[in-house]
Amino acid sequence: MNLTLKIWRQKDSNAKGQMVDYKVTDISEHMSFLEMMDVLNEQLVNSGEEPVAFDHDCREGICGMCSMYINGEAHGPDRGVTTCQLHMRMFKDGDTITIEPFRAAAFPVIKDLVVDRTAFDRIQHAGGYISVNTSGNTQDANAIPISKHAADEAMDAATCIGCGACVATCKNSSAMLFVGAKVSQYALLPQGQVEAADRVRNMVAQMDLEGFGNCTNTGACEIECPKGISLENIARMNRELMKAQF
Amino acid sequence: MSGFFKSSIGRKVAMALSAFFLMIFLLQHFAINLLSVFSGDLFNEVSHFMGTNWLIQFVMQPVLIFGVVFHFIMGFVLEIKNKNARGVAYAKNNGAANSSWVSRNMIWSGLVILAFIILHFIDFWFPEINTKYIQGDMSGLHEGIEGYRYFHELQEKFVNPARVAAYAVAFVFLAMHLLHGFTSAFQSMGATAGRKETLQNIGKAYAIIIPAGFIVIALYHHFNHIH
Repeated sequence: MNLTLKIWRQKDSNAKGQMVDYKVTDISEHMSFLEMMDVLNEQLVNSGEEPVAFDHDCREGICGMCSMYINGEAHGPDRGVTTCQLHMRMFKDGDTITIEPFRAAAFPVIKDLVVDRTAFDRIQHAGGYISVNTSGNTQDANAIPISKHAADEAMDAATCIGCGACVATCKNSSAMLFVGAKVSQYALLPQGQVEAADRVRNMVAQMDLEGFGNCTNTGACEIECPKGISLENIARMNRELMKAQF
Repeated sequence: MSGFFKSSIGRKVAMALSAFFLMIFLLQHFAINLLSVFSGDLFNEVSHFMGTNWLIQFVMQPVLIFGVVFHFIMGFVLEIKNKNARGVAYAKNNGAANSSWVSRNMIWSGLVILAFIILHFIDFWFPEINTKYIQGDMSGLHEGIEGYRYFHELQEKFVNPARVAAYAVAFVFLAMHLLHGFTSAFQSMGATAGRKETLQNIGKAYAIIIPAGFIVIALYHHFNHIH
């Protein structure tokens, strides 16, 4: 298929970016979106132009690196997938595809479609862990009974890959689905409950410090999340923060 | 605790708490308005009680005004903060792909409701305050009207079709605001676990029945009074 691409080009974080049009031809519908971008970049390199910078790593939908806001949606029009798993069969011959970086003040553009998502790392550092004394008498985690329901919910929350689609999609650029998932995955398990109050307080404070917006419960994040993280995790985070006040 | 209400989640909770208060008030206002359809006398009695009871006038009324003002100011503050959190706007954004129009446009439905509240104050509240506290007439009576004046005043207000139309439009926007706001308030309080669908259904019923009821009451008085 032949496509017109409108891509955000920005030389560096200080430069003023703009949308630039490109044409790609003979794209197979079996290609992933990133492979289509590779074809474009090969074309650009061969003609002596600067290739389009975009994030990618595992290309298996588990690392959370690939981003891109495609035709007005994070990771494009398919559901439950990252951009590397988005296939060109989702588009038609002759289509014009708009490709932009994830937009948020807390995710500044580094170059073209690459954004700085280290704000998520700093939120994790603020409390997304458990402190375990590894002096040698640490209790075996498997020896602590955990209900199936709690284990399932914690595991579901833990599937968050921190890609940032929730922030990119949210009309308020809120990071609450990400933080909600990280808070929940520990809050549901006995190992995490020891530091639960400090964790939620510190992670929410860091989230606010990074300049993410306020959640207004539109639910867009849940729909666009490639891992299907539930809005219930945000409700749980709200409860955890309220509990942490007493 | 003061730190809590400065956090993003604290502000959500504050919005939700003021929303709960306003939704309860709306229900009470609707119940009293509904009385006017069945019995003018009963409506008069209740209106007089509400308008002259000190607890309602000097405790509940200031709390209500604070609730309304707080909800609006906080709504604007959050909207501005949220706009700033995006930085650069998308060239193409397909919001309809993942969220409802009403959830994305609470600020606009809220602004229409604010405009209506201003109209409502000019129509009902300011004349009441003038009669009761400036002219000092707490009797609830008016020359040439048998019994209390409230029912008569209500009927008079709904004679003008332009007012009825403005009233109806405002309540359609209120319905839109509530269609998202009702469940959203519970979600903000973290109270949706295991009962989200039930809350969504109750929310839909509340958001449609109450505003539609207000419109029907206005139409009832409009058509009943001109014939």
